[in-house]
Amino acid sequence: MIELVDVRKEFDGKSVLAGVTGRIEQGEIFAVIGPSGSGKSTLLRLIDLLDTPTGGTIRVKGIDIHAEREKSLAIRRMMGMVFQKPAVFNTTVSENIAVGLRFRGADGGRIREKVEEALDMVGLAGYGERRARTLSGGEMQRVALARAMVIEPEILLLDEPTANLDPVSVEKIEELVVRINRDLGTTIIFSTHDMYQGQRLAHRIGVLMKGGFSQVGTPREVFTLPATREVARFVGIENIIDGVVVGENGASVVDAGGVRVRAGWLPGPGEEVSLCIRSEDLRIAPADAARTPPGRNALPGVVTAVVPRGPFSRVAVDCGVPLSSVLTWKRVDDLDLREGSRVVVSFSPESVHAVRRD
Amino acid sequence: MYEIIEGFLEAARLIVTLDADVMAIALRSILISLTATVIGTLVAVPLGAAIYFGSFPGRKGLINLIQTLYALPTVVVGLLIFLLISRVGPFGFMRLLFTPTAMVIAQTVLILPIMTGLTISALSGVDPVLRDALRSLGATRLQFFGNVMKEARFAILAAVAVGFGRAISEVGAAILVGGNIMASSFASSTRVLTTAISLETSMGNISESIALGIILLVIALGVNLVITAIQHR
Repeated sequence: MIELVDVRKEFDGKSVLAGVTGRIEQGEIFAVIGPSGSGKSTLLRLIDLLDTPTGGTIRVKGIDIHAEREKSLAIRRMMGMVFQKPAVFNTTVSENIAVGLRFRGADGGRIREKVEEALDMVGLAGYGERRARTLSGGEMQRVALARAMVIEPEILLLDEPTANLDPVSVEKIEELVVRINRDLGTTIIFSTHDMYQGQRLAHRIGVLMKGGFSQVGTPREVFTLPATREVARFVGIENIIDGVVVGENGASVVDAGGVRVRAGWLPGPGEEVSLCIRSEDLRIAPADAARTPPGRNALPGVVTAVVPRGPFSRVAVDCGVPLSSVLTWKRVDDLDLREGSRVVVSFSPESVHAVRRD
Repeated sequence: MYEIIEGFLEAARLIVTLDADVMAIALRSILISLTATVIGTLVAVPLGAAIYFGSFPGRKGLINLIQTLYALPTVVVGLLIFLLISRVGPFGFMRLLFTPTAMVIAQTVLILPIMTGLTISALSGVDPVLRDALRSLGATRLQFFGNVMKEARFAILAAVAVGFGRAISEVGAAILVGGNIMASSFASSTRVLTTAISLETSMGNISESIALGIILLVIALGVNLVITAIQHR
């Protein structure tokens, strides 16, 4: 549906996109996630023909959209876009939603019918005659979504559509996105810096970092098997240990400043790697009671902090390398964990995901 | 002090009794300045839009020049038009000097820069997200221009009001090219509120001046009220 080939964009000599390559399939929800300033908005704007790339090619249904100028309008009319900042035209809600239909010369009856339908879909039935500027941010964003939907785009682009909204509005917009994709088969590309939103909505995720996709894959792949150290950090993997692969008794282990860690898979000896371990895969037990099953990694250490986080506590342990795990409050009390407690942190080699470092 | 109080009382009487001379002067002021504003709008709004949407070398410089001309002194405009239409000037043959038409021309020239400049500002004030939204909704170039202007309509209306306010309150150009003439016919007279105030005050007719001054203020206030009402709708 959409092919990105080495797409580059510079603003005043400053590179924002430095070669984005990827494919978005027809009918899928594709999330572009990445930290602020990673070029997510720029990428979406380039696809919607709102900006011109400095280099590279964007093909929509095989058409090089930035090369064929005379087809610009027709191509743009295949797409709808919702922007991060909720913004409405200074007129009624109905008139806001009708704008795109008017551009296409739809007649009055059809406009009324489509607008009513759209209002109903976004949960704003009865709001048609209100002045759009008097709505809340969440309602305005739903008007913006309805405005983009009535033109029945084949591709819907959403640029951080929920970034400034309250949790209830976020939930409504997310529901709508899923419904639009499911009921109408619309291909949806949305950007977000909220990795969990990416996980909730997307069929596939592209992690945009340093001007390019560091990884493209299903949410499961991205969250459990991050391709690089940066992706691991961004998707919320709290334990990242840097080390070098060395041989030990005929097997490969990672040496991280004297601490030895076994992993399910490792590259050859001498390679520099980062080990990614999710907090929830770590077990913490008091040092004296520790009976670690054979084969598991078991690292003795000292608790350095117990920090409350919602219904859980994050327990940080210095094992020569810093590690942290998430435990319920009750578990923390039962184990009598506090700063200075001596503990053993254990985890299976299979829960260790190794990535090469450049 | 007594004279001033007396002046206010007399002014009230002139207004309440709809004194014929005073009303004629007020009506003429409104007609001349309104005409100048209508012509100014027909030129300034399209011109402002063309400058705003256009891209040509010297665009920034042109906008700077327009903004500088906001402060164009009214007597200088008066002098310029006087030189052009006086008997020895290039347009002298048209015999426009000391006619209401000359005043309309002078006032139009006077308010063009500020109306054009404020139109450009009004269009720049439209949220860039809305401009992106229009394009992404598939607007043609014309639909895009039209809708951006529609979005800026209240700010453009304010530009028109500022133009009218400047036109009706200026005195320098009106005196120079109008001459403050009170002729027998309404249409060939050129006495307006500002020139009349200037003349009556210099002749010591304080009450007439105060009455005319109050009317001028009321007109300005009225225009503002109408604009505010429209903007809050």
